[in-house]
Amino acid sequence: MRDKSLSRRQFLKGAGALVVSFSLSRPASEALAQSQPLSDGDVDPGLLDSWLAIAQDESVTVFTSKVDLGTGIDTALAQIVAEELDVPFKRIRMETGDTGKTVDQGPSVGSRTIEKAGPQLHHAAAAARRELVRLAADRFGISPEKLTVKDGVVSLVGDRSKQISYGKLIGGQRLNVKIKASGRGYDLKLAEDVRPKDYKQYKVVGSSAPRIDLPAKVTGEFTYIQDVRLPGMLHGRVVRPPVVNSKPLSVNEDSVRHIPGLVKVVQEGSFVGVVAETEWSAIQAAKALKVTWSEPATKLPANPDELYAYLKNTKSFRDQVAVNKGDPAAAISQASRSFEATYRWPFQLHGMIGPSCAVAEVRKDLATIWTGTQGPFRTRKAVADLLEFPEKNVRVIYVEGSGCYGRLSPDDVPEDAAVMSRAVGKPVRVQWMREDEHAWEPKGPPQLMMVRAGVDSQGKVTAWDYTDRGFPWTAAAGMPLLASRQIGLKPKAQGSPNGTQGGGELYAFENQKVVAQLIPWVHEDPTPLRTCNLRAPGDVARSFASESFIDELASELGVDPLQFRLRYLSNDRRGTDILQAAVKKAQWKEGKSPAPASGGSIARGRGIALARRAGTYVAAVAEIQVNKSSGKALVKRITIAHDCGRIVAPDGVKNQIEGNVIQGVSRALIEEVQFNASGVTSLDWSSYPILTFAEVPDIDIVLINRPEMEPLGAGEPSLIPVPAAIANAIFDATGARLREAPFTPKRITDALKAGLSPAQRA
Amino acid sequence: MARISLKVNGKSQVVDTDPSTMLLYVLRDDLNLRGPRFGCDLSQCGACTVIMDGKTIRSCSTPVSVARNREITTLEGLGSVARPHPIQKAFIDEQAGQCGYCLNGMIMAAKVLLDKNPNPTDADIKKALVANLCRCGSHLRIVRAIKRAAKKKA
Repeated sequence: MRDKSLSRRQFLKGAGALVVSFSLSRPASEALAQSQPLSDGDVDPGLLDSWLAIAQDESVTVFTSKVDLGTGIDTALAQIVAEELDVPFKRIRMETGDTGKTVDQGPSVGSRTIEKAGPQLHHAAAAARRELVRLAADRFGISPEKLTVKDGVVSLVGDRSKQISYGKLIGGQRLNVKIKASGRGYDLKLAEDVRPKDYKQYKVVGSSAPRIDLPAKVTGEFTYIQDVRLPGMLHGRVVRPPVVNSKPLSVNEDSVRHIPGLVKVVQEGSFVGVVAETEWSAIQAAKALKVTWSEPATKLPANPDELYAYLKNTKSFRDQVAVNKGDPAAAISQASRSFEATYRWPFQLHGMIGPSCAVAEVRKDLATIWTGTQGPFRTRKAVADLLEFPEKNVRVIYVEGSGCYGRLSPDDVPEDAAVMSRAVGKPVRVQWMREDEHAWEPKGPPQLMMVRAGVDSQGKVTAWDYTDRGFPWTAAAGMPLLASRQIGLKPKAQGSPNGTQGGGELYAFENQKVVAQLIPWVHEDPTPLRTCNLRAPGDVARSFASESFIDELASELGVDPLQFRLRYLSNDRRGTDILQAAVKKAQWKEGKSPAPASGGSIARGRGIALARRAGTYVAAVAEIQVNKSSGKALVKRITIAHDCGRIVAPDGVKNQIEGNVIQGVSRALIEEVQFNASGVTSLDWSSYPILTFAEVPDIDIVLINRPEMEPLGAGEPSLIPVPAAIANAIFDATGARLREAPFTPKRITDALKAGLSPAQRA
Repeated sequence: MARISLKVNGKSQVVDTDPSTMLLYVLRDDLNLRGPRFGCDLSQCGACTVIMDGKTIRSCSTPVSVARNREITTLEGLGSVARPHPIQKAFIDEQAGQCGYCLNGMIMAAKVLLDKNPNPTDADIKKALVANLCRCGSHLRIVRAIKRAAKKKA
């Protein structure tokens, strides 16, 4: 068999003719990174030039596979490089997520880019600074120790004749310096022999640099993935089956012949799409195309009760034990009082405002893909598998899309574009329509949480037994995605787990078990209820249950919810600090819940919750009001205390916290994907509403900075405690306990009718 | 197909298109504008908002024939990175945005609001933007940005 693979150099050269006919918001440095690719065609992490390039105009281009999903991470990473290089922040340019130009540092997920890629860039930039100083020292004929750097100019202290800028030293040329590199992806370690600055010297890291993307975003000059245009490009739209597990029995091409500019109806396996010369024609053709779909062969659960019954009664394929201490079952049976409760969390959408879009140019043995994926390298692998190309013959170029909040359809749409481009032999741009996005995005999976506790005669909790039952991510890395499955690739696994954190492991109980059980959810054909990671995946639901149950226990035992938590935090200083910081800011009024009943139709209450995710601590206090007759809850204020170790970009962290809180309120109060046995019925924003300006709460934020610590993930953890804090506040206000999200007026009214906390009756 | 004259951002232009084409696609695909964005095609989210004769309209659901000879303003018509409009400047100053996909609609709605009501309260602003969806949760910053722009103007 002929080796179809090309060297990276050939590839970049070949692709160069057709790419970058659009300009990104910032011009790339004229100096291209890297001199020598590795034998597999990838960029060599052990070369300094793979990480940054200095131009004659003094700008510094940073090459990273980490991508900005709207969170401002480009700005924070630029701050890190500016800090280590001692160049003005404004001179940093970011080239991100191009598999042909960057090293694979793993996908940008879990709000953990600063934690994982931050040290990589600190070290690479520190190594570059060392090399630049060495070059200047050679030129001046003095030792490097005598030189200092300010604003990108290397100079001899006290001698103005001996100074030279980075641009004059090396601008437009390669550094040609090797650095130490070991490990891969997240675990890649760079230039470990070079010491970055001590945190006490930081000037740029820790300051609120203005986001580099916003000026272009507010003026229409920014290039979103939806704005990418190539010469000769055609427009494609997908035609998905209306129901699960349905195949096209016949596709009537006559039904679209009248549409001007129609190029082709593409059908491969179960995949159906249309390609046209204009976007408008493609949309009309997708709407008009008559497809006869087969009757669905399998049925989904017909309603939430069936879904939760399936979760409860189906054998798990993996039990992930997060905590296993003592014997909770025995301790509960011997306890003087015992409690139990079950909580439900529904399917929810990521809900991007701008539907997914990608452009693909597939040639005989080469493909170039532009898309807004979180993981350009994993998309490269998926597209290569679909096209049966060697990975090195596929180049994925990240272009930012609408904010995504977890992995979803920007990973699917490149495959749609690739299938259609291959079919027509031209570049094809595919954008999903709103109903494609709502129906087919991989959704945040539902979870069923069962919690039991035992309390001794002194009122001390002696046992905690927590079980989460949920689906894995069936659209995770390594699982064939939508178009791949439609053209016949089969999943060989169940998918990736949905995490284990948030089951009460924050608290120390003598007997304690926290387990997350995975229930199979891979169907013969892809379903609209396929799943993937949604912001703070799994932790939101698990913490809703554990932090509600803690509150129920506090109430049963007549203790203030804050004091009750502090009792069981043991020696966790950061956990204690974060709770104290939140209640201080929120002016927490001590007392047990529920608050004494008040007259009038509006009940008011406050609730608290605590979360820890990957080392970051967050406490939330919710202040809410409930209309007792309508059951409508309104969140008035959320106070967040947030500790992510060292803070790199304070305003960026606040921006992320605000966004996560608002999304958390929306998910807690409103959001639930509607479905029936055939598929998803939430197909637009009226059948899946999200929080609007009318309901956004005020948000108060306390940032705890721990500069002596390494930075941890910021933002995403702050979503986790929000639903429980709201549920606890509703209980405080009304005595009604919400154990199923979202807390709709009907559920609140039902809980009000049910009377006191069901835990009391258990 | 028909030749339709449009006045967009003060410039008269003629496009040759199917008159039932929604204005959004003409602005984006024929006139190469990027401000108005595709979000839902259902007038539900506001990402595609443009100003027509002083009022916000949803360009995803407005046939181009309706816009014939009307005064259309898009995000690009307000200002640029080099010379931002005071509202755009206020959004930058307040760092009001994350992914920014919704910001076109927010800024266009703010423009029409401030033209009518130069000194709006928070409640006025929230009311004016209630049909504009944001998923990143930049709402509070957006309200602050619009208040800042109003103060600058007043």
